[in-house]
Amino acid sequence: MTARLYRAGGFVADEWTHLDDEAELPAQGAFVVPLARFLEQAADLPQGLRLAPLVKAGDDPASLAGHLAALELVVVDFAKFSDGRGYSTARLLRQRYGFAGEVRASGDVLLDQIPLMRRVGFDAFAVVNEPTIRALEAGHDVDVPLYLQPAERAGEVPAGARSWARRPADAQLS
Amino acid sequence: MYRYDEFDAHFVSARVDQFRDQVQRRLAGDLTEDQFKPLRLMNGVYLQLHAYMLRIAIPYGTLNARQMRRLAHVARTYDRGYGHFTTRQNIQFNWPRLKDIPDILSQLAEVEMHAIQTSGNCIRNVTADHFSGAAADEILDPRPYAEILRQWSSLHPEFSYLPRKFKIAVTGAPHDRAAVQVHDIGLQAVRDADGNVGFRVFVGGGLGRTPMVGRLVREFLPEADLLAYSEAILRVYNRYGRRDNKYKARIKILVHETGLEELKADIEAEFAEIRDGVLTLPASEIERITAYFAPPAFDVAVGDEAVLEAAIAADPQLEAFAARNVHPHRAPGYASLTISLKPIGKAPGDATAEQMEVVADLAERYGHDEIRVSHEQNLVLPHVRRRDIPAIHAALAEAGLAEANAGLVTDIIACPGLDYCALATARSIPVAQRISERFASPERQREIGDLKIKISGCINACGHHHVGHIGILGVEKKGEEYYQITLGGSADENTSVGEIIGRGFSYDEVVDAIEKVVDTYVGLRETPQEDFLAAYRRVGDQPFKEALYGTA
Repeated sequence: MTARLYRAGGFVADEWTHLDDEAELPAQGAFVVPLARFLEQAADLPQGLRLAPLVKAGDDPASLAGHLAALELVVVDFAKFSDGRGYSTARLLRQRYGFAGEVRASGDVLLDQIPLMRRVGFDAFAVVNEPTIRALEAGHDVDVPLYLQPAERAGEVPAGARSWARRPADAQLS
Repeated sequence: MYRYDEFDAHFVSARVDQFRDQVQRRLAGDLTEDQFKPLRLMNGVYLQLHAYMLRIAIPYGTLNARQMRRLAHVARTYDRGYGHFTTRQNIQFNWPRLKDIPDILSQLAEVEMHAIQTSGNCIRNVTADHFSGAAADEILDPRPYAEILRQWSSLHPEFSYLPRKFKIAVTGAPHDRAAVQVHDIGLQAVRDADGNVGFRVFVGGGLGRTPMVGRLVREFLPEADLLAYSEAILRVYNRYGRRDNKYKARIKILVHETGLEELKADIEAEFAEIRDGVLTLPASEIERITAYFAPPAFDVAVGDEAVLEAAIAADPQLEAFAARNVHPHRAPGYASLTISLKPIGKAPGDATAEQMEVVADLAERYGHDEIRVSHEQNLVLPHVRRRDIPAIHAALAEAGLAEANAGLVTDIIACPGLDYCALATARSIPVAQRISERFASPERQREIGDLKIKISGCINACGHHHVGHIGILGVEKKGEEYYQITLGGSADENTSVGEIIGRGFSYDEVVDAIEKVVDTYVGLRETPQEDFLAAYRRVGDQPFKEALYGTA
């Protein structure tokens, strides 16, 4: 099953190809490789070859700190949707390391987790699950658009007196 | 108490809509049971032995009459006419239908209630001292902080898929009635020499199959840092807590395996990164939330004591009730009242819809419209005038709620056990009922004095048996129920985990065994004031072993 890539506004073509540890690296193109391989090869990339790391649950995003300024994309893998480590990974990338590129969730990405993922800093979702794809295509929104913690999504604004409350910039609390 | 503003009301109703949609997608087959499970759990819906169970949050155990009446309505309309109050100050309904649950949640939202995060691998309902804002020994009311934590932890985007459940308890008194040291985070509010508010912070307490007492990680956390420090603890736990074995996934195991000093350093390092940031609590906001919990305007209650004394002199039942179920209050002439949900021979923690309504009426008429749920599965009227106690007692007696056994041998905590629970390996409620019947005599109970018996129907320890003065754990052995007895546990400021006394007893034998333990204690105590725990800590387990198993 191939994943379909969703960004705000709809499904888009994915210019990145996943390569595992064994597959030979082509001379040019855009490839997502496991974090360890990325760290080995990121230093001297030939012209025309773009790499992005695949960060798995348990991988430490701190190892990417020195690379993030030059990176376009970090993919955070969810082997199981119920393993929440990826949420902290994404949040650290945004909050601690100031990463401004795309943070993409891949793996077991499901409709009901996407609102939470957005808030910790994910802005792209590689979706395999068929009902999730259908719901996203239909614009089916499952967010509770009022938040009780500051988080990482751009555009959220304070809501009311509480210093910890937020709402999306485009939503009116009527 | 806290009142929802427009934001909170929208938040809770949007959450109900979200769950209604999730239930529809589950019924349509778009969500598998595996995918649906954490979603329903985070809305309080369990699948039990016979039916779905709905656990409704009663944040830090505080509710008003209107909310209690709504719970009675839910019991009557969607359940079998009763509800079950739990050790985490919540209420459970055991017989709702899945398709009705979104409607139940919407009716709860109308009275500012919800079932958010009463289950699941997330931050659970925050609990607090049931005498908060009333107790004579309180330093400050912990509920504003519990409310701030409740808000911050609701639908937290980073911490909704933790390795395992995560429980926080807060107390504001030196005598700990909230069992903070057996929580993942336990907070004890204190003031420093200059009067500033802060918290002693314990991490890694918990019961279950590996009971552990929480470890002190901060002697004084300034109140402004409450959320930032909590976020630091949760982030360390979310990243490093074990996920390979659900029985080793609580933060207590992380503390144990990492070592306290290293884990403390991890938490402090994380905290250093985020402190003085957006999570710092402005003093103005703490004040604003605290104002919701301002004490009611207490009367100058002159002469109350004489009225109560006169009534007590004329009514031995009232005397017994006043001796056990009336607790010191900070305002002169006032008291907090325990309404026991442990009538002799009944299931601990159960209340009928009619009983809930009686309590609601009494709270409105005599109690400044406040009710509490205690983690000991009783109800509390925190603020009543002492002269009103006779009238309240009479009304409670009529409703079967006047059992004068608060803190006595029949005030037993028990989990639902094999009668309801899919995890249980043995019955607990019938064991509680039989012990209660054995010690039914009020004179005998009063002679025995303070004694906490706690019963769990499986190793998960929902009945807190590890911290019972006498703990009972039901296990299954070759198809038979067996009950292991532990002695010397406690969940107060001197928390300890009970020790197993020896081989277990069958369902038929266990009540006799408990009676032997109690009689042994009564026989060896130095004075009637030496309670079970003190006596046990003085003499050790030998006399109890001899009584139970003989000297051989």
